Amino acid sequence: MTGAALRFNGIGKEFPGVKALAQISFEARPHSVHALMGENGAGKSTLLKILGGAYIPSSGTVQIGEQTMDFKSAADSIANGVAVIHQELHLVPEMTVAENLFLGHLPSRFGVVNGGLLRKQALACLKGLADEIDPQEKLGRLSLGQRQLVEIAKALSRGAHVIAFDEPTSSLSAREIDRLMAIITRLRDEGKVVLYVSHRMEEVFRICDAVTVFKDGRFVRTFDDMATLTHDQLVTCMVGRDIQDIYDYRPRERGQVALKVEGLLGPGLREAVSLKVHKGEILGLFGLVGAGRTELFRLLSGLTRSTAGQLQLFGENLHLRSPRDAIDAGVLLCPEDRKKEGIIPLSSVAENINISARGAHSSFGWLLREGWEKGNADQQIKAMKVKTPNAEQKIMYLSGGNQQKAILGRWLSMPMKVLLLDEPTRGIDIGAKSEIYQIIHNLAASGIAVIVVSSDLMEVMGISDRILVMSEGVLTGELNRDQADEAQLLQLALPRTRA
Amino acid sequence: MSQVKTAKGFWPGFNQRKFLDDWVMLLAALSIFVLSALFIDNFLSPLNMRGLGLAISTVGIAACTMLFCLASGHFDLSVGSVIACAGVVAGIVIRDTDSVVLGVSAALAMGLVVGLINGIVIAKLRINALIATLATMQIVRGLAYIFSSGKAVGVMDERFFVFGNGQLLGVPVPIIITVLCFVFFGWLLNYTTYGRNTMAIGGNQEAALLAGVNVDRTKIIIFAVHGLIGALAGVILASRMTSGQPMIGQGFELTVISACVLGGVSLSGGIGMIRHVIAGVLILAIIENAMNLKNIDTFYQYVIRGSILLLAVIIDRMKQR
Repeated sequence: MTGAALRFNGIGKEFPGVKALAQISFEARPHSVHALMGENGAGKSTLLKILGGAYIPSSGTVQIGEQTMDFKSAADSIANGVAVIHQELHLVPEMTVAENLFLGHLPSRFGVVNGGLLRKQALACLKGLADEIDPQEKLGRLSLGQRQLVEIAKALSRGAHVIAFDEPTSSLSAREIDRLMAIITRLRDEGKVVLYVSHRMEEVFRICDAVTVFKDGRFVRTFDDMATLTHDQLVTCMVGRDIQDIYDYRPRERGQVALKVEGLLGPGLREAVSLKVHKGEILGLFGLVGAGRTELFRLLSGLTRSTAGQLQLFGENLHLRSPRDAIDAGVLLCPEDRKKEGIIPLSSVAENINISARGAHSSFGWLLREGWEKGNADQQIKAMKVKTPNAEQKIMYLSGGNQQKAILGRWLSMPMKVLLLDEPTRGIDIGAKSEIYQIIHNLAASGIAVIVVSSDLMEVMGISDRILVMSEGVLTGELNRDQADEAQLLQLALPRTRA
Repeated sequence: MSQVKTAKGFWPGFNQRKFLDDWVMLLAALSIFVLSALFIDNFLSPLNMRGLGLAISTVGIAACTMLFCLASGHFDLSVGSVIACAGVVAGIVIRDTDSVVLGVSAALAMGLVVGLINGIVIAKLRINALIATLATMQIVRGLAYIFSSGKAVGVMDERFFVFGNGQLLGVPVPIIITVLCFVFFGWLLNYTTYGRNTMAIGGNQEAALLAGVNVDRTKIIIFAVHGLIGALAGVILASRMTSGQPMIGQGFELTVISACVLGGVSLSGGIGMIRHVIAGVLILAIIENAMNLKNIDTFYQYVIRGSILLLAVIIDRMKQR
């Protein structure tokens, strides 16, 4: 089947309350590396999940060559020569490289694994890709880049001729990236269809032969002449409008220092972190995945304990032993992973909003006051414009944006001094995004100190007054709004240990 | 994931799915009751109704607090042993001190301590509830045998019998206590921060912690209260039988958990209401009672009870799709 093109015909995918993809149609040809680009939440990952058989599309078909595919499971997709290399690799760290390569079809006789044959086949698989890896090694001992190579070797050993990479370089060093690029180029020359999802412009311009841009789950256009495509053209196409008007930035009055962090050390931080955020200020905290931003937030919200350093809130020392301490002090966190750490999915919207503030509004601290419960829920739903049929709806049925607004409502029920937002708009559609930016601005204007963690460069530059950059557990730089540019921020965010 | 279903049922404001989720098992219990009344002789006789009520009482009381354990995403296997040990402790202390108050207090204190230990081990040391309570189940059962030298501890003091055999306006005291427990714990679950926090922990522990819920303390209270109420059930049982018996209540914990799950409480936490518990307890007790009246062999009764439980959880699973 090598040499066949991959076609998407009118692919659509709906989740309750959300249209993740609509009418996606394009072709990726063999002998080419085809980039998929778009902002976070544009639908690239959803498309890859459909290709990999993890999601079944609500409409449309996937076609390879002349054949229409009907992937019902990941196994279907693998059997038809498709391999999707995800950001989180699907490998077992506790098993050896060889076992991982042949997981599910280990060479065996009467159920007994043939160790010698396994080793030989594994060596053959890795040859030319990663000769230095010993198949007997436990996978967990390899570097992330090496693990990725194992995943690629596994895909090739199963005869994959359509290979999709989802943000493959997000946690690789420069040398590992170079090696990956060389391998991808080789796969292309062998006639494979390569799909390449990445945010990194320089990589896309370096190895891709075509780019398809997505926006809000829709196909925008495909560029197939990379020589004439400019960087700016691509960005404009991705953003689709003037960046300024989504973020709706307005200058604000900056007040006294609200939160002062001095010499803070703890899990996930390699060097002591010191920072200040002022009343009425929006401080952006940019970094790549694994830079230690979330870990810093976990320390500031009392979820983990610091090993050194000091926190001061309006000049008073702050000792955090639990999230409750931070909440009582007015330091409130909207966590990164809404589903895992933010919402209580089976509970109602009202329940999710009232959970933190209700203690202070109950008789004797534990008898709920029905009046307050209902009043506060309704008030926050209205103020945050949470779209829900009623306050009793289970929050799991709401879209990501509305869940995020409900969590903001939870914190607005409390006396708030500092608001920590970890990736506040990840996976949220563009309409809800601009509403959330509006809310953040209004909060800052009312005198709240806001820290926003984001890996979305446009977002950080769009909403922040000041930007701090983190890389590998270290604070690497600080820029004011007017000094910040994309290249400089990325430079600061990239790991230093690179060759 | 299922689609959003809102007010589009038979009439405005009526949510069919929610109604079904909330009431279907209680209606099932009612239908089984009516069917039994129609087709089984003597089912409605005062004597049988009394027996049925008493059969519900021990399971019903323990199930109230098991609901909190399950709703928080855990469960407690030690309750059967606690029931036996509480009876034994009450019997011994009453025998040795001639004081019913001391005897009952000692039994309740024992339950509370076992519950506290369960709670601390599970919440603070992060030991899986299955293992932790499996261990205390055996420890407490062993203690019951040690305290009693393996024999039933008889109680002579008639004041003690009021818990099991007393009556108020013709209603046996155990039934009154059970109904009070249903009302009290139902209220506790819905109208206090403790109850709501319990649900939040079961729904998403990480999120509850980040929302400021004191997860560890809430869990410890859940298990401590469960130990205490388990001991209360044990005292009532001992009073009914006029002796504390160390071998009683084997497998009781599984009956209590079955009753809760049968009624619609989720084993994975976050879903549970007192009416689920009432429904589950009623269904189990009525079916058992009916089978006894029909003289169905005990061996077959096991098979039937197991099948009903399996059916109930399968239906529950399908409802969630």
